[in-house]
Amino acid sequence: MRSWIFMVPLIAVNALVILVPSLEAMYYAFTNWTGYGSARFIGFTNFRMMFTSGQFWQACFHNVLWTAFFLIVPMTMGLGGAFMLSRITRFRTLFRAFYFIPYIMATVVSSIIWENLLNPNGGIGSSIGFLANVSFFGNQKLALGSVAFVNNWQWWGFLVVMFLAAMQGTSPVLYEAAQIDGARTWGQFWHITLPSIRPVLMFLALMTIIWSFLVFDYIYIITQGGPNNATQVVGTLMYTEAFSDQAAGYASAMGLFLGVLAIIVVVIYTRIRRRGWNI
Amino acid sequence: MSLVASFAGPERAAGRQYVPRASQARRLTRGVFYAVLTGLGIYAIAPLVIVLFASLKSEQELAANPLGFPHHLMWSNFANAWTEGNIGTGMRNSAIIASGTIVGVCIIAGLAAYAMGRLNLPGGNLVIVYLIGVSALPIQLFLVPLFYLWSHIGLYNSLLGVIIIYCALFSPFATLLLRSFMVSLPRDYEEAARIDGASELRVLWRVTLRLVAPGFLTVALIAGLSAWNEFLIGVTFLQSPNLQPVSVALYSFQQGYSQNDSLISAAGIIMLLPMLGLFLVLQRHFIAGISAGGLGG
Repeated sequence: MRSWIFMVPLIAVNALVILVPSLEAMYYAFTNWTGYGSARFIGFTNFRMMFTSGQFWQACFHNVLWTAFFLIVPMTMGLGGAFMLSRITRFRTLFRAFYFIPYIMATVVSSIIWENLLNPNGGIGSSIGFLANVSFFGNQKLALGSVAFVNNWQWWGFLVVMFLAAMQGTSPVLYEAAQIDGARTWGQFWHITLPSIRPVLMFLALMTIIWSFLVFDYIYIITQGGPNNATQVVGTLMYTEAFSDQAAGYASAMGLFLGVLAIIVVVIYTRIRRRGWNI
Repeated sequence: MSLVASFAGPERAAGRQYVPRASQARRLTRGVFYAVLTGLGIYAIAPLVIVLFASLKSEQELAANPLGFPHHLMWSNFANAWTEGNIGTGMRNSAIIASGTIVGVCIIAGLAAYAMGRLNLPGGNLVIVYLIGVSALPIQLFLVPLFYLWSHIGLYNSLLGVIIIYCALFSPFATLLLRSFMVSLPRDYEEAARIDGASELRVLWRVTLRLVAPGFLTVALIAGLSAWNEFLIGVTFLQSPNLQPVSVALYSFQQGYSQNDSLISAAGIIMLLPMLGLFLVLQRHFIAGISAGGLGG
């Protein structure tokens, strides 16, 4: 038991910053707390308000769209990029470094880059033919997709690095056998590469789902949820409720909703793994 | 930004690469691959280059020539952004926060990983499950009560307060990563030190730490990068302009009245440069670390 002494710093900061405030939030979700002062217990009122709020469901729907986008676009680019990199001999390290550089950028920096490039009035891109006069972040129909595009630009290179590392663990013997069987490049990708990196693929798909429901930075920095809530997601809605509208109890209810959602995804994932499906 | 370890462990070795023999069809395929990979490379880097060019132009030149190479290099943009945009102060604050976080995370996670990986901590498996669960919790869940708590104990608007939060947020992944490093080490050296009468703390300091130095480098890089780039905690907990980290200073500068794209671009480049430099020097460690312990945001 003496070895638990080494755990004291970890447990102390974890309890102070994460565990205790999380437990408090679970309580505040059932109160009318404003963020300061005392709180009165009001039962399930916050949850009733949340589940009958059009704004909340709209935000959830945006999270679902966001999840779909990130499960499709960056995953495809990451898998394709990594597979092609695994098949070439020269410049592999250089390409990988290029793809990875946006990933080390802060959200604020990549947002500034793309807000400049896609700004219709006076921005860098305003004089480029097809970019001129289109307000990518100001148009209700384009805003969510445009913010996702910027986030993807920074994100997909990380997936290339992850998938490439996994692909480099695939036994060359499998490819030799496939080649003897006459499998072309596409067949090799589909029947050998994909199955052999399935654990990493499933892990990153799981993480994509969780992160897509918690997304905050890009939307808060570029559009603050606007125009007219067109990019509002649960993460930004919650932040506004808590810090601008002084509805901390209501915001805690949303936080609890997100937390439960994340834990359900993790539990499903671990259950499937324990059943021995090697995903 | 959330941090989650992939638990694939650093021991995942790179296998021998399979390179197909060249035939005509293969050569064509490979040509297509190089073309697509080059296109992706341009997509990744061109926006950055355009902004670098923009940061060196005057406002007039930027309007006339938005994409091309700057004719008159306006190095003064960087000096102006440094002072006008409060970027200098932000850089100093972020440097303090990132160093504090690196030291804190290495100590906290190093001690915990040592107990879990080397001392057969009773209940260690439960700790692993707890750390994975905590990594999946949304920051927004505990943000408001944490804000309330921090205001009450005087840690709101304090660099130390933010360092403590980052230590708590980044240490679960760091602990799991270091634990997997420590589990894979041979135990003979430590046994020898114990037989010579060294205390546990001394064994940790003199023997184990020397062996897991590469693991600590990885953890330090990821924790430092995350702290440098973090936005949500920074914008919530540091309000005074003289305490803002560089991410928040840059955000305020961009949102502010100054709509000078050259200066904003220069400010963005300033914030990016330290991490870009570090990446170019330590590329291998960055990529090894990030593929060993997935880092998302």
